[in-house]
Amino acid sequence: MKAKLLGLAAALAVALSAPASVPVKAQDSIFIPLPTYRTGPFAGSGTHIANGLRDYLTMLNERDGGIGGVRLEIEECETGYDTQKGVECYQAMRGRKPVVFNPWSTGITLPLIPLAAKDKIPILSMAYGLSAAADGNVFPWIFNPPDTYWDGASAIILHIANTEGGLDKLKGKKIGFVFLDAGYGREPIPLLEQLASKYGFELLKYPVPAQQMQNQSSTWLNVRRDRPDWVYLQGWGAMNPTAIKEAAKTRFPMDKLISMWWPTEDDARQTGEGAKGFMILNFHSARSDFPALNDIRKFVVDKGLSQVSSPDLVGTNLYNRGVYNSVLIAEAIRTAQKLTGKKVITGEDMRIGLENLQITPERWAEIGFANFAQPVKLTCTDHSGHTQLYIQRWNGKEYEQASEWFSPMTDVVQPLLDKAAKEYVAANQPWPERTEACATN
Amino acid sequence: MFYREAGQFKTSYAADQSIFPILQDRIGIAIILAVAFIGIPLFATNFFISTIMIPFLILALATIGLNLLTGYAGQLSLGTGAFMGVGAYACYKLTTFFPDADIILLVLASGFVSAAIGVLFGLPSLRIKGFYLVVTTLAAQFFLEWCFIRIPWLYNYNPSGAIEAPARRGLNIVLTGPGANATARYLVVLTIVVVMTWIASNLVRGRIGRSWMMVRDMDIAAELMGVKLFQTKLLAFAVSSFYCGVAGAAMVFFWLGATEPTAFSINLSFQILFMVIIGGLGSLVGSFLGAAFIWILPAFLRAIPSVFGIAIGAETVEHLSFIVIGALIIAFLIVEPHGLARLWQVGKQKLRVWPFPY
Repeated sequence: MKAKLLGLAAALAVALSAPASVPVKAQDSIFIPLPTYRTGPFAGSGTHIANGLRDYLTMLNERDGGIGGVRLEIEECETGYDTQKGVECYQAMRGRKPVVFNPWSTGITLPLIPLAAKDKIPILSMAYGLSAAADGNVFPWIFNPPDTYWDGASAIILHIANTEGGLDKLKGKKIGFVFLDAGYGREPIPLLEQLASKYGFELLKYPVPAQQMQNQSSTWLNVRRDRPDWVYLQGWGAMNPTAIKEAAKTRFPMDKLISMWWPTEDDARQTGEGAKGFMILNFHSARSDFPALNDIRKFVVDKGLSQVSSPDLVGTNLYNRGVYNSVLIAEAIRTAQKLTGKKVITGEDMRIGLENLQITPERWAEIGFANFAQPVKLTCTDHSGHTQLYIQRWNGKEYEQASEWFSPMTDVVQPLLDKAAKEYVAANQPWPERTEACATN
Repeated sequence: MFYREAGQFKTSYAADQSIFPILQDRIGIAIILAVAFIGIPLFATNFFISTIMIPFLILALATIGLNLLTGYAGQLSLGTGAFMGVGAYACYKLTTFFPDADIILLVLASGFVSAAIGVLFGLPSLRIKGFYLVVTTLAAQFFLEWCFIRIPWLYNYNPSGAIEAPARRGLNIVLTGPGANATARYLVVLTIVVVMTWIASNLVRGRIGRSWMMVRDMDIAAELMGVKLFQTKLLAFAVSSFYCGVAGAAMVFFWLGATEPTAFSINLSFQILFMVIIGGLGSLVGSFLGAAFIWILPAFLRAIPSVFGIAIGAETVEHLSFIVIGALIIAFLIVEPHGLARLWQVGKQKLRVWPFPY
């Protein structure tokens, strides 16, 4: 035993005294930590997002030498979609003055919301996290562009109504809601209930517990029994492919199955022909022929700086999701640099940059993403933007656009957001008043 | 030579019954407490305090809780995570009801709620034991987790289904929420853990602990000798759940700040169980060693590559730390199946006879 311990100690000593090559850290760089989950139960989705996030920023470094002449210092931190580890990542990165933090998990976002204001680090929870955080007056440091889950849910109902021939046709219809039985999945329920009473449709709820993600046969038996006219899917990770498979197995019509924006190509592909017609709501394109993506292939993938397992993965739905997130970061940094006149910005400058973030169609084209997504405009009060969305349909090979871009029901969502923000403040007394001045262009 | 008790005579019953009868132990514990209470708050960085020390202490407290039940009373349980959740949700509801009350009192009070629930789920232990009991505690785990998701009253009808620790005061200092000072939170957690460890050590040395161990070793014999199984087993569940509940409340209020029900999933139960097994069943020192092994070592391993500037992807670091931890767990359990606590004991024994081993 002694020998073993000695061996262990020796191995440890060797490991510790290994030739340390400490790289000289550039003093004038902008630090962007990227919390990712390439491990754990949700790695199937998380890996694509992580690649997209990282590759776009790396491309900016390689092609333009960073943003505004300042290099971006990118560092991944593995969270495994685990809240404990995510908070550990945040604490570890906090001291190095990151300009923005992307938790990529609703669970990790929530503990960071109160911390952000104190540490002066903006939190960018792109299209996830707390819907109420869209209220910039209450949450000056939290941003969830381009849409909240409530926007998404209202858009799905709107699309159903449009297909049926108008909002008044929803009366008497049955809409099934298959959701992950956790905070994320339950998030749209208050909105759906309100819409159900307003438009007279019946909302049937089918919770899927996280342990049962991969065994949804009983859920779909219930769906078959109730025969809803439409099914709205709010799943994540392994839940999505299983739901599509079970829906196909119970012969639920695919052109009546519509999901929130998270399924990947793989989720649909696993069901084969049966998945044809399956729809997802989206806020960016899932095509791969954009000039900026070509630049990523040229400057990142071909140089071996990317972690994608195959170049074909550039341009897939969740890869583009990660790229979209990085575009928001990059554009906010540019805006912050322009507004403050500084090259190396801080978290406080970044907050101003995010509050004045505006990506016009011309700007999208300029950065090589013409028609990739709708214009985004954030303000001091509106941290979400509630941009337009569209429906994608799975044609057996890829997602194709299946509807025009349309706006979510902002008139219904906004009062709910205001109410939820008020409730959050009431529940978290004493909640600090917004002290950050509203910088304008 | 370094650790020799020869010459340390006890001349009174009180001296004989003291927790640390050996001078070297008293010196050692005094040094540890001095470092913990004075050294770390003065010299450690904020990161070290808030992501290493606070979680470590809280997890160690939960480990003690499970160790009392499984290590001392022999009742296997997989419901630790859920009982921690009960404490957290109870504390959340209590702060809603009593916003002005001292948060430390509320954290401790939520332990009683957890204890009551623990007793309820401990009832089957009177009829079944071993793996059968594991299954009923597993049912507790799933049922309670289901409650955290499905009973909106528990999370004040929050649309995201999460609970957030509001800013609350304890001892007239803001201890929870964003404005809380990490060092203040650390000192509060440390005090709670030290006091509760001290209580636990007295508990297991006294009548109650001895009857737990009798039940663990052979319950029929214990019953024949006059130990009332009913009270003894339920007390073990109550005390264990109390510790776990306090740890759960501290986890949300002094560490994470906000959490979803998934934080109290079966994974947390496993995490605590591993800490008990690695640390050593039926040992309080082991609870701390196990928590350190499972919590501090991975954090340390993750930091190594960046300290030396070796560029490895974050996920590779994660995989490496999984591999290293897994291998170390297997290695330790082969070298010493009774955990780190036993290794520590062996080490002490070696020091006692050094330099003349036999």
